Amino acid sequence: MEKFNTFKGIAAPFNILNVDTDKIIPKQFLTTIKRTGLGKHVFDEMRYKKDGLENPNFVLNQKPYDKSNILIAGDNFGCGSSREHAPWALKDFGIKCIISTSFADIFYNNSFKNGLLPIMVTKDERDALLEDAKDKENPEIEIDLENQEIRRPNGGKIKFKIDPFRKKCLLEGLDDIGLTELHENKIKSFEESRSTKHPWL
Amino acid sequence: MSKTLYDKIWQSHLINEQDDGTSLIYIDRHLVHEVTSPQAFEGLRLSNRKVNSPKRTLAVADHNVPTLDRDLGIKEEDSRIQVEELDKNVEEFQIPYFNMNDTRQGIVHVIGPEQGFTQPGMTIVCGDSHTATHGAFGSLAFGIGTSEVEHVLATQTLIQKKAMNMLINITGNLDKIVTSKDLILYIIGKIGTAGGTGCVIEYSGNALRDMSMESRMTICNMSIEAGARAGMIAPDDTTFNYLYEKPMAPKNGDWDKAVNWWKTLPSDSGAKFDKIVDIDATKVTQTITWGTSPEEIVSIDGTVPNPNKISDEVKQNKIKRSIEYMGLTPGQKISDVEINTVFIGSCTNSRIEDIRSAAEIIKGKKVSTNVKALVVPGSGLVKKQAEEEGLDVIFKHAGFEWREPGCSMCLAMNSDKLNEGDRCASTSNRNFEGRQGKGGRTHLVSPEIAAASAITGKLTDPRNVT
Repeated sequence: MEKFNTFKGIAAPFNILNVDTDKIIPKQFLTTIKRTGLGKHVFDEMRYKKDGLENPNFVLNQKPYDKSNILIAGDNFGCGSSREHAPWALKDFGIKCIISTSFADIFYNNSFKNGLLPIMVTKDERDALLEDAKDKENPEIEIDLENQEIRRPNGGKIKFKIDPFRKKCLLEGLDDIGLTELHENKIKSFEESRSTKHPWL
Repeated sequence: MSKTLYDKIWQSHLINEQDDGTSLIYIDRHLVHEVTSPQAFEGLRLSNRKVNSPKRTLAVADHNVPTLDRDLGIKEEDSRIQVEELDKNVEEFQIPYFNMNDTRQGIVHVIGPEQGFTQPGMTIVCGDSHTATHGAFGSLAFGIGTSEVEHVLATQTLIQKKAMNMLINITGNLDKIVTSKDLILYIIGKIGTAGGTGCVIEYSGNALRDMSMESRMTICNMSIEAGARAGMIAPDDTTFNYLYEKPMAPKNGDWDKAVNWWKTLPSDSGAKFDKIVDIDATKVTQTITWGTSPEEIVSIDGTVPNPNKISDEVKQNKIKRSIEYMGLTPGQKISDVEINTVFIGSCTNSRIEDIRSAAEIIKGKKVSTNVKALVVPGSGLVKKQAEEEGLDVIFKHAGFEWREPGCSMCLAMNSDKLNEGDRCASTSNRNFEGRQGKGGRTHLVSPEIAAASAITGKLTDPRNVT
């Protein structure tokens, strides 16, 4: 996985409640057997009109948000299915970080596996960032994972918490499977003792 | 120290725990389907890894499969490629597989319990959020993403952090007419779609003890709609009786050993829960959804809400949007709403008891002329059982289509989908915008209400169909 470096990017205001994974990437695009190429379909039903043209009222179709790297999102972002196509599609569009008050568990988990950083902040902080993002002239926000800091356009800073293991994996671009394989002996002995105790498992 | 059911399963699967709580847990069972696995198998190939434990893995194609003319194969190219990819992957990695033409094929969350692959005390995962279903057996079962599917295939473990313990305690008894689908929709309405976020829910109470395994599965299945990754119900004699002599259940001397161990699993008295919610079963009515989130519920005799009565602006906007998408008006009686499609199926409600309950209402009646109605049994074995009982004849005679098993119109990845503006009474689990087809409108209902609605062409209380 690519290392997650500090970056400055355009933040889009996306204050919709309970954005579900069907909304992020509808099922007609789940038949892919690849991880890439879903960016053009992200938020398909909101993004395109019935005739297939872009819906000009949708925020990610508007300048400068069509080049967004950050979403400032509504509560409970990513609820619904376990499809990892949701973070794949967001990442492929160019989103590297989503800031909200809360995320659905599986989406939250899937994001980290794909170098997409979900940040949880308080409602007041999220609302302040929404106001920042609404300023089309200057919607750029800096994300510094190392120092766990969001730097606002006005120079203000918002600190955030993150699980230290997940932080390390993102910063160093670590592969989970490789890390787990370091415990190979422990796994084997666990399996053996389990097979003796509960052979039907 | 007193432990919850979840604590016990977690601790007995813990291989390693770091200081920050990041843990490596062992996975007993892994269910695999065609949609969330191709990239995982590709990852294994690229890194030259093998499947660690094929015998703990079971694969099936369910999301994309056609429910009509199956012998003609899959018409849609993308879907066909995805299923063919699974065919190739299971062969290359030597994974047990029920292919599309196997009688045991069906929805992944129907076949696991049906085969006895699902058992109490296990950790069970699948690249599918409705894996929560298997928690009805007192197992820890949850949905994972494709990267985690690859992780489990390669190592038979997962990196996790322990979730919080949440207890949903159901006091009192349910009215006879109220089903487990009504109960779970009511619970989601109470706690909201984020109510269980970060938690594993344990459901308890006498009302659950009286329920069959199939009803319990309906409840655990929709835990994810309440935001929880997993829902569980302590195993009891109902669980053991269900599993006895299932093809993959413990055999001979192992059976007694297994049952003795399973009996130790229920939460100890005095076990600590981080959150407790009490639900008064006597207040639960026949519940359906009116909107586009599973928390947007209404009693079958209720009305569409008025958004102007909600002060929070973001919530008000969400409700306005739901009403607009659903083509309803505030204050409208829900039983006046006309439907043109009925779907009886999905991992929530496609088991034999669901089909029997619907057939009971349909018997001797006709589907309304404006309604297209289909029954999609959860598995080939459910279909066979229903046919042996003559239920298919009841449905066909009434004007229902009797289909082959699969996920079908629950998420409309195959050709079973709603058209723009269609309105469906569906026994599935999600009513998100476009879920059953772009522009389609979904009301989540019990099999009984689905059946009654098919006859009248409106969302209908089964008691009003005589």
